[in-house]
Amino acid sequence: MTETTSTPPVSTDKPDERVKTRSSFRQALIRPELGGICGTILVFTFFLLTASDSGMFSASGVMNWSIVSSQFIIIAVGACLLMIAGEFDLSVGSMIGFSGMSIALLSVVFGLPMWMAIIATFILCMGIGALSGWLVIKTGLPSFIVTLAFLFILRGLTIFAAISTTNKTIVGGIKDAAEGDWLAPLFGGKVLTGLFQWLGDNGWIETFERGFKKGQPVVDGIPMLMVWAVILLIFGHWLLTKTKFGNWIFASGGNAQAATYVGVPVNRVKILMFMFTAFCACVFATSQVIEFGSAGADRGLLKEFEAIISVVIGGALLTGGYGSVIGAALGAIIFGVVQQGLFFAGVESSLFRVFLGAILLFAVILNTYIRRMITGEK
Amino acid sequence: MSEPIIEMKKIEKHFGSVIALSGVSLKVMPGECLCLLGDNGAGKSTFIKTMAGVHKPSVGEIYFEGKSMDFDCPRDAIIAGIATVYQDLAMIPLMSVARNFFMGNEPTKKIAGISFFDHKLANEVTMKEMKKMGIHLRSADQAIGTLSGGERQTVAIARAVYFGAKVLILDEPTSALGVRQTANVLATIDKVRKRGIAVVFITHNVRHAMAVGDTFTVLNRGRTLGSARKGEITSEELQNLMAGGATLATLEGSLAGTI
Repeated sequence: MTETTSTPPVSTDKPDERVKTRSSFRQALIRPELGGICGTILVFTFFLLTASDSGMFSASGVMNWSIVSSQFIIIAVGACLLMIAGEFDLSVGSMIGFSGMSIALLSVVFGLPMWMAIIATFILCMGIGALSGWLVIKTGLPSFIVTLAFLFILRGLTIFAAISTTNKTIVGGIKDAAEGDWLAPLFGGKVLTGLFQWLGDNGWIETFERGFKKGQPVVDGIPMLMVWAVILLIFGHWLLTKTKFGNWIFASGGNAQAATYVGVPVNRVKILMFMFTAFCACVFATSQVIEFGSAGADRGLLKEFEAIISVVIGGALLTGGYGSVIGAALGAIIFGVVQQGLFFAGVESSLFRVFLGAILLFAVILNTYIRRMITGEK
Repeated sequence: MSEPIIEMKKIEKHFGSVIALSGVSLKVMPGECLCLLGDNGAGKSTFIKTMAGVHKPSVGEIYFEGKSMDFDCPRDAIIAGIATVYQDLAMIPLMSVARNFFMGNEPTKKIAGISFFDHKLANEVTMKEMKKMGIHLRSADQAIGTLSGGERQTVAIARAVYFGAKVLILDEPTSALGVRQTANVLATIDKVRKRGIAVVFITHNVRHAMAVGDTFTVLNRGRTLGSARKGEITSEELQNLMAGGATLATLEGSLAGTI
């Protein structure tokens, strides 16, 4: 009976006649980042037309929205990888408040050296990230619920710790504590200051014309926050697309059961991604604390949603298994540019949310369409 | 061909008070296709999951290449050379064919001491292995979601074979497929068998079983109802055995031989 099963008509070197060839242009278009790319172009076009004379695209203006975008990129990279691995973290915002407060209390109140306070906080926060990941895996509950619990737990603990030790919700004095520390400049310092001074001396970039800063460039260096954003972006993109582990991230989020059957350590992947998200929140908080010189118990409010929105604008699928770190970064840039750009354009700031909602909707509709093209369903 | 590649002896599996398997034995030779037939609830799935290391048998022994084996998890069985292709859990639709093909076994290359996923090698191997199975891909980058159900099964089978499976368990690979796709999958099974790999093919479609099977084992209510070699049994007899004999015979009369 075996002879009756016909082999499909196969000519070995000709391509299948039923497979339509696709133009390379179309091929290049179909990618998760397309929504993000379109959104970025749209946003920049809009502000170039409406706010080009407001100083938004001068050196200090660029620096202004770049810093805000960098903040979003840092938390979006973590949220993106976690979302692709199939989980959510709603406690990012609370984690930012918690880790900032932890650094402040450990260094200012308990008198630890700054570097020790920072390292201890990173370990503590990644431990909490691992705990929430472990709980998600052990209980089988949706990560939405588990991390929602941590959103409240961490925020409450932050306020409690601040009030019970200092009687205030804002703890200052970090600038003094960080003075002369070797680790703090890695988060709060600036790089390439010499280059910017040189550019200013040659008159290629704006310098202050009056006051005690006369002769110094308006933009005097690249803040470490931006360096961190670029490092995390490159690391996240490399990890996701160029490594074996990246394939496991996609597999864990795409179908955890199928991934387990072929031997992917799904639980380990997910817990590590929870820890990475906590790490990103910590980087954000440390930079902010060193920059401002104080930690506030209400810092990072709603950041988890801003991170998730950036990731979704960037083309990631909410249910996991699909997405791009570059896309998430573009989402973060859109977010930052719109937030600061409306200020430059002199638009009522409450319209920021309207604009953001519209972009979110537009990007997600476009992304759904692209994804259908990729999977061939119509 | 003298020694069976895998032999299951008097396997029993109890889930609490439920006896899912009560003493099933079978053996498979290399290059042989064994069809495991049975109606729903006969214990087919439990039996193959025992073979694949998902369940541990309550009683009974598993011999693989003549040695007694004790699988703690599916990974152990995979390492030993027992690969299972599940009907719906085989592939991740949004990932590319190459990424699916190498899922869990990613090839890497080192550049400056950092290990990278070797996309070039992965794509080449995928294209080559799929061509061997008679499927032409536009590119190995395309998402699995763009392939038909039969093609996805074929990717899963090709993957198992490429990674050195000696026993290939196929859990109802044809049950959700159309006629042409079924033919493709059956042709793939035939190709795999000719490479000397033992195939355990679970189905409840007698015609599909007759098309590729060398031996047939029918399970019913957790027991072996009977085994036969190709040529010793007709498809009608097999069908009756599966459905428990007489009841189907009367039913068949009223349906005028359509099943």
